[in-house]
Amino acid sequence: MTWEYAPAPESRAIANLKPSYRMFVDGEFVEGAGEPLKSVNPATEEVLAEVSTAGAGDVDRAVKAARRAHDKTWGRMPGTERAKYIFRIARMVAERARELAVLESLDNGKPIKESRDTDVPTAAAHFFYHAGWADKLDYAGLGPDPKPLGVAGQVIPWNFPLMMAAWKIAPALACGNTVVLKPAETTPLSALVLAEIIQQAELPPGVVNIVPGAGDVGAELVNHPGVNKVAFTGSTEVGKVIQSALAGTGKKLTLELGGKAANIVFDDAPLDQAVEGIVNGIFFNQGHVCCAGSRLLLQESIAEEFLAKLHARVSTLRVGDPLDKNTDVGAINSRDQLTKIQDLVASGEQEGAERWSSPCPLPDKGFFFAPTVFAGVTQSMRIAREEIFGPVLSVLTFRTPDEALAKANNTPYGLSAGVWTEKGSRILWMADRLRAGVVWANTFNRFDPTAPFGGYQESGFGREGGRAGLEAYLDV
Amino acid sequence: MGGTTELTDVTRDEASLRRFLHGLPGVDAVGIEQRSAGLATRSIKKASKLWAIDTAISMVDLTTLEGADTPGKVRTLCAKARQPEPGIPPVAAVCVYPDMVATAKAALGGAPVNIASVATAFPSGRSSMKVKLTDTEFAIEAGATEVDMVIDRGAFLSGRYGQVFDEIRTIKAACGDVHLKVILETGELATYDNVRRASWLALLAGGDFIKTSTGKVSPAATLPVTNLMLQAVRDWHEVTGEHRGVKPAGGIRTTKDAIRHLVAVHEVAGEAWLTPDLFRFGASSLLNDLLMQRRTQLDGHYSGPDYVSVD
Repeated sequence: MTWEYAPAPESRAIANLKPSYRMFVDGEFVEGAGEPLKSVNPATEEVLAEVSTAGAGDVDRAVKAARRAHDKTWGRMPGTERAKYIFRIARMVAERARELAVLESLDNGKPIKESRDTDVPTAAAHFFYHAGWADKLDYAGLGPDPKPLGVAGQVIPWNFPLMMAAWKIAPALACGNTVVLKPAETTPLSALVLAEIIQQAELPPGVVNIVPGAGDVGAELVNHPGVNKVAFTGSTEVGKVIQSALAGTGKKLTLELGGKAANIVFDDAPLDQAVEGIVNGIFFNQGHVCCAGSRLLLQESIAEEFLAKLHARVSTLRVGDPLDKNTDVGAINSRDQLTKIQDLVASGEQEGAERWSSPCPLPDKGFFFAPTVFAGVTQSMRIAREEIFGPVLSVLTFRTPDEALAKANNTPYGLSAGVWTEKGSRILWMADRLRAGVVWANTFNRFDPTAPFGGYQESGFGREGGRAGLEAYLDV
Repeated sequence: MGGTTELTDVTRDEASLRRFLHGLPGVDAVGIEQRSAGLATRSIKKASKLWAIDTAISMVDLTTLEGADTPGKVRTLCAKARQPEPGIPPVAAVCVYPDMVATAKAALGGAPVNIASVATAFPSGRSSMKVKLTDTEFAIEAGATEVDMVIDRGAFLSGRYGQVFDEIRTIKAACGDVHLKVILETGELATYDNVRRASWLALLAGGDFIKTSTGKVSPAATLPVTNLMLQAVRDWHEVTGEHRGVKPAGGIRTTKDAIRHLVAVHEVAGEAWLTPDLFRFGASSLLNDLLMQRRTQLDGHYSGPDYVSVD
């Protein structure tokens, strides 16, 4: 007997897609002077909308608007008042959750079940959480009456467009800063709908400004002398450029960059749940996750059994239409990213790793890549060292806890790690020694606004979320 | 685990059995509940929904296990089992107490519906082995084609795995060709680790099916528990090549819930288990909800409980 699930697509009409979107500066939607960009649905390669971008003078106008808003209203406003605005944004995001989820899946390619169950609720949760902090900053442990920094220039990536905007904007506003944010070139739409919400929430003009564009707009923003604080999430390569450009400027900087996280499975792990965690760790959001568990470190004594279970489970992942509620893995965000994944996968094959890809059917058009697992990977291979940022897992083995630790830490990155064992003492032992900002035990990719998130080494510095995340936006 | 020979060694003595059961991988509660919640978000629509409803109807063990059961009640149940609604094929089985088996047999009159009888001092399992065996033989002699036995949860929880194993073995021997379902009463086993151990114990002892609950203890069947038991039969198949079945019982009352269980069958155990030979629902009120939802699918609108028979 075969049981095919009938297509269960979420209606595209819910996204209220408009033919064109404009940038948001000083409380108004305005045309940018830059060449408009076309945002593409990566699942169909069709153009979704045209988006105006910032050009000559636009970033400057946005920064000046933010400065005015900071000096005249937002920076001086009592925390209790700021909180009301931020709560209002949170509620409006929650009210428009379905619209935002469909829009996000269209623009980004991620499955609707993820935008619906993770991205949008987490975005709302960040606004709710930080709204609560706005009048309690005295109690954040950062000294009495901590002051905002001023204007925050924020640049975010395409993998969680709305969620990243929320992670950046919510703490900045709670602490009394104003914001100029540049969304990613390939996924600007949800941030501009968030701008609409911010406008409807009647935030004073200039408190939040959204300037779409490519890397040049981001560079102009972070280098603008009127910016007091820079927050960047994206590649390590760009992060390094920003850090050297900012050296000596006195601007405060936080970077959340790449990762090559190890998910370490010991022989006493809850195996079935570990399989789930590994799958979630690398195939969640097509692997476009900076903290993805892209290296699986398996204890040799269970490697064979575990890999068989893993292949069986990965074979059940449904790859396809992001709007179908039963899709587990959606589209790769762009052709460029797909090419990068294909190159790294080819290098893995050349370097002698054993490739296994899910036999799942793939759609005829759009950017798709079958979930792939490389066995027999060694530390020296590119697929063990470089961030692939796609649905590709590299499997290595280890014999002892020390070896697991050494291999896990043998990376210039250090964003996250996972430990799978039923032994509590081993979890603590590993967590103490793993050089990673987040260590998940018997779970993976769990996010919560109360939990600080951030990295070590080339994964960046500074924390987002929790009490620690406030420090990045206060003059302390 | 490496095949059936190794499993024979496992059951050689109490110590080996204990080592084996305690050596099974642990179950992370948060993880299995998260996975089950994920499976529950599958959206089953249109033709796939109708197929699921029809399949679920064919998997129902239509059950009445009340002190107040009478021949009249059992006859009504059997009529419903034979023909849930005009034009709809029968359910998998009726499930009754041993003293009602003869009535059920007469009422079914050769219809292709199995007669399942609970046995072994159901629901508590608190009696002598002699009584449990007599109980089972009584049901089989009266015409039961399936026996739903309960395990001795007291023995299991105090670590007397050998005793539980022997009891299942003995009942299985008494059953012969009669299909044996082993009720673990997962609500009393309390932890997922226990459910996994009890599942393997029942499979090792020869149970054809592992069944969650008697329906007399809360919680009865839950999605994570069914999920875990499906993993056990899947792993059993990996090791031995044999297919064994799973029966969640108690607490599944709606079509939505039944479909969630079928999704778990499909994605955890695999398509091979999507048959009444390997998956059953122990239920009473579920059948009417399935019938109502079936009608909704066909007619395009909901008709309401007055349009299905209350038995």
